[in-house]
Amino acid sequence: MTPVKNTVPSPHRGFIRISGLKKTFQPRDKRFDVLKGVDLEIDRGDVFGVVGFSGAGKSTLIRCINRLEEPDEGDISIGETEITRLSKRELDQYRQKIGIIFQQFNLLDARTVAGNVSFPLEVAGEKKEKTAKRVMEILDLVDLSDKADFYPGQLSGGQKQRVGIARALANNPDILLSDEATSALDPQTTLSVLDLLKSINEKLKLTIILITHELNVIRYICKNMAVLEDGRIVEKGPVRRVFEDPKSETAKLFLKIDAGFANFGWSDGEGI
Amino acid sequence: MNKTTFIETLQSAFSGKTWAIVTPAIYETLYMVFFTTILTAFFGMLLGIFLVVTDRDGIYPSPRFNALLGSVVNGFRSLPSMIVIILTLPLSRMIIGISYGPKACIIALAVTCVPMFGRLVESSILEVSKGKIEAARSVGAKNRDIVLKVLLPEALPSLIRSFTIAVIAIVSTTALAGTLGAGGLGDVAVRFGYSRFKTDVLLAAVLVMIVLVQAVQFAGNGLSKFVLKKRHLI
Repeated sequence: MTPVKNTVPSPHRGFIRISGLKKTFQPRDKRFDVLKGVDLEIDRGDVFGVVGFSGAGKSTLIRCINRLEEPDEGDISIGETEITRLSKRELDQYRQKIGIIFQQFNLLDARTVAGNVSFPLEVAGEKKEKTAKRVMEILDLVDLSDKADFYPGQLSGGQKQRVGIARALANNPDILLSDEATSALDPQTTLSVLDLLKSINEKLKLTIILITHELNVIRYICKNMAVLEDGRIVEKGPVRRVFEDPKSETAKLFLKIDAGFANFGWSDGEGI
Repeated sequence: MNKTTFIETLQSAFSGKTWAIVTPAIYETLYMVFFTTILTAFFGMLLGIFLVVTDRDGIYPSPRFNALLGSVVNGFRSLPSMIVIILTLPLSRMIIGISYGPKACIIALAVTCVPMFGRLVESSILEVSKGKIEAARSVGAKNRDIVLKVLLPEALPSLIRSFTIAVIAIVSTTALAGTLGAGGLGDVAVRFGYSRFKTDVLLAAVLVMIVLVQAVQFAGNGLSKFVLKKRHLI
């Protein structure tokens, strides 16, 4: 009943600290307690994964970090900044330090690749020449320099997500949030996007928090992870530890399903 | 009616005598449509943006203001154009001093067309996915940035189609206003075609209106497609 707390105590003071985070949605006369008190500490430079089944509250959790969703209760702080205390104006400023990428990419169709990447710089009031230089730099990083003048409508899913990553990195953020960023991509593209995230984490010392329902994604790039179930963290720790010795029911179930598909055998399809 | 055959009427509809009546009316109509369109485009756009932005789920929620604005729009929209024109003619007198003729009618026409176009703009902008707005928010975009750099550009192809519909509605409302002393093709069609049984003039006026509407629709479709093609969305 009581959620498992700090299964593995973190030796460092967390860079991102979330405590007692609660969020309730109340559409009309209904009430959904999506987050029921989440505590997390994430170190600088970590690649932190949050897994959970649909409806566990993953998306809400990650979107509370840059306050795309306003938490009802609890605190979130990054370094010395208490995110939950920022005024609207301060938040607009601070959001430039937190990039986010989405499952549906959410690129602007009206703008070219370069235009999409320059958008965050434009709204930050950056000078034109500086913006242009930065855009090329970032496009180079995500390996899309040759597509600068293309429109999103001309790109594949993987390329679109690279543009999404470029846009998220334009303002040199400290943190990159990934909201199911690879869930709409095929396995090969997923791999290349994950490789890109991995290299960004190493090159830029960027802290990455990603949510996913795919264990393979966690296994491939995360250092630490948490398991979210029904609005609570039921397990957290180094990825390898959780995979090798899962303590919570949800983690066990996840691993069972993950292993299961291989063990379930073949469908009887020969007759077709 | 007259004993002329249809062919004769048709021939007469293209005669110089008929066009001497119709041509000035074309200019009057174009004049009214043009200026009404400018007013409608500007105020309808503003109205539409306000409706979206202040909505409960909008980027600057203000449910009370939104409800009030919505009610006013609905109020105007629930009345037949003819009634709105009659109601707003005194407004023209207040603003430009006269309440008859093309100039006066432009204001009355704009009042009937702005709420309609405002709703069309609203629905066009609502087609822009919430995700794009969130993505903009997540990089620190302010409301003004979201309206000018996300909502309007992203909705552009749909806005062009809405605008096309609005212009066509303006053409037909202008014809209606013509019968209330505004002049133009509607006036000619009614005065000559209906009151004096001059079917040839009626026919000519109707033909011009059809050509006008077709041209507007053609231009609107073309422009919308051009933008979509440029963005590689079709």
